[in-house]
Amino acid sequence: MTLFLQNARLIDPDALTETVGNLIIDNGVIAAIGDKQAPADAKVIDCRGKCLAPGIVDIGVKIGEPGERHRESFRSAGMAAAAGGVTTVIARPDTDPCIDNPETLEFVTRRAAQAPVRILHLAALTKDRAGHEMTEIGFLLDTGAVAFSDVYHVVKDTKVLSRAMVYARSLGALIIGHPQEPILSKGACVTNGKFASLRGLPGVSPMAERIGLDRDLGLVEMTGVRYHADQITTSRALPALERAKENGLDVTAGVSIHHLTLNEFDVGDYRTFFKLTPPLRAEEDRQAMIAAVGSGLIDIICSMHTPADEESKRLPFEEAASGAVGLETFIPAAMRLYHQGGLTLPQLFRAMSLNPAKRLGLPQGRMAEGAPADLVLFDPDAPFVLDRWTLQSKSKNTPFDTQRMEGKVLATFVGGTCVYNAQEMPA
Amino acid sequence: MAFRARHLLGIEHLTQDDIRTVLDLADSYVDLNRRTVKKTDALEGMTQINMFFENSTRTQASFELAGKRLGADVMNMSMQTSSVKKGETLIDTAMTLNAMHPDLLVVRHQNSGAVDLLAQKVECAVLNAGDGRHEHPTQALLDALTIRREKGRIQRLTVAICGDIAHSRVARSNLILLGKMENRVRLVGPPTLMPAGVAELGIEVYDDMREGLRDADVVMMLRLQKERMDGGFLPSEREYFHRYGLDAEKLSYAKDDAIVMHPGPMNRGVEIDGTIADDINRSVIQEQVEMGVAVRMACMDLLAQNLRRERGRALTEGQYV
Repeated sequence: MTLFLQNARLIDPDALTETVGNLIIDNGVIAAIGDKQAPADAKVIDCRGKCLAPGIVDIGVKIGEPGERHRESFRSAGMAAAAGGVTTVIARPDTDPCIDNPETLEFVTRRAAQAPVRILHLAALTKDRAGHEMTEIGFLLDTGAVAFSDVYHVVKDTKVLSRAMVYARSLGALIIGHPQEPILSKGACVTNGKFASLRGLPGVSPMAERIGLDRDLGLVEMTGVRYHADQITTSRALPALERAKENGLDVTAGVSIHHLTLNEFDVGDYRTFFKLTPPLRAEEDRQAMIAAVGSGLIDIICSMHTPADEESKRLPFEEAASGAVGLETFIPAAMRLYHQGGLTLPQLFRAMSLNPAKRLGLPQGRMAEGAPADLVLFDPDAPFVLDRWTLQSKSKNTPFDTQRMEGKVLATFVGGTCVYNAQEMPA
Repeated sequence: MAFRARHLLGIEHLTQDDIRTVLDLADSYVDLNRRTVKKTDALEGMTQINMFFENSTRTQASFELAGKRLGADVMNMSMQTSSVKKGETLIDTAMTLNAMHPDLLVVRHQNSGAVDLLAQKVECAVLNAGDGRHEHPTQALLDALTIRREKGRIQRLTVAICGDIAHSRVARSNLILLGKMENRVRLVGPPTLMPAGVAELGIEVYDDMREGLRDADVVMMLRLQKERMDGGFLPSEREYFHRYGLDAEKLSYAKDDAIVMHPGPMNRGVEIDGTIADDINRSVIQEQVEMGVAVRMACMDLLAQNLRRERGRALTEGQYV
């Protein structure tokens, strides 16, 4: 079927432009862009001047399968992703048991077919994410793993990590690290500073992130592996990242949308929905991260979607689970950066769609003829107050509950098929 | 009329007026406590439950005595041996107790913020008897009462708080209270036991004890937990005493009439020299214990008054509370 999307504000993250025009979807790909006429048999959708952008490619989404399906299933995560304009979900391997062998990877690949959006999988870098032995990187690649990561379990043993990197390099595999000095940050649940001191919560110095990044970058230089830092959240880590890129290392870095839109003070009176890993940072750090996304030093924005049930959050702050759901609030949160943060829509979608797709070698993320028709239609200005109970996610642990937000997803297309259609849309 | 709060969770929420109201009322309870017949009926018919998730002998005894002297029925629950061990969450424990209609809950918990969390779930008044490293409001109030009675005022004083600041809720509540009452607060201790970012709060920070004590009106010593002395935070007990233990020589840097305080229990020869602790001209440590009962009586009396007022209003408005 041919779809004709007319009168859309087309966001091109590659050319960094916005133009008003039409877009034709044929056979699941973008057939034509620009000042085109509707083909005779096409179904016409009037976008009414709203924004049409490449769907988000979200690296690092936690889905509770296997092991914690009560928190999130592929089905619920897929629906949340569709409602949030996320067309490709890169699922994390920190499940229970973790995805550290081809058989488990096959299982989740089968389960993922229930989701209305594309789902790709990360695999663990070491067995049981324990940091002692590398996983079967070759077999896992053959089974479809797009990258390797132990997520928040930092591989403490530098020798193990260096060997895994050397091995991964020979296969061209991408390793995703979590830059954090694990001993310095042990037991911490907030960032060191006067807020942590007044609240009496154990904090970690922001330096732990830079130390972790420095170590990983040293190993990248040694081994030549392709490396992506999952979240860089402090300004002190940026010069190291910049140097590594200047020196030609194959390195990219991400940041979560929460670290771009919230800071340490949001924890307030021990609000556990704001407990994240790494913890929320100082306002200066948040500003520095926004600037780094703007300049392209930070390549990728992710949601770090981490579903947690009510019981695991209704605990004293130190004992509560860490993480927040982020798929459905991704675009409204990003619109805060558009309305107040000084980032343009093409810059945002470069970091949310184009760069992650490029990094993983996917054809998605582009507003170009011949690219897959994975698109999100949204109104960047539509205001609303978020009610967490309206989320599609099984878990409702969003830090944006009851907050005023702007930016609503109107429709989401995956391979030319409409997988989400808000009631505001006429089509 | 000051002090209209439902709970006493921390000094952070109190105003200067609130603090003065508590201290004035506590003064009258000091007199009562020195009589032979010490009982009043301020909490007559009310139920007070002491929930201590963390061990404490003196604070629990002080709250128990305070409640009993006010005429409340007091129940002590030792939470280490209770359903918490069976996996019950804090909120479920709170809801269970709430269903028994207590009027005052006195709570101590090892996690910062846990008492705030619990207070959101119950209908009675909650008194924070110490949460993690966060706050210990009645300790700060009893310290303030002690200082006011000794010095005749609780403003424009130089107060040095010394020792393990990082892990101390007593230090936090005290520095907030003393700051609110317009005193000059100094924190003195080894840098490993100093919380991050306190200098940004307008507090003077010293790692040299003598400099920190210079011309101080009040020297407040903190207890050094045994587990901090194992080489993780400090090289040894004896080096700590040498550099930060309060002895006559270091105390000589403070004002001649400076008073010495300690929240107890003391480690003699670790953070404080025994002869200083026992010097009746300088040490007010026993007075602090006495003021503790009076301050806790005042806090519970005020919270009970607020509770009655709130319930009375609800009754006239036809609500059931």
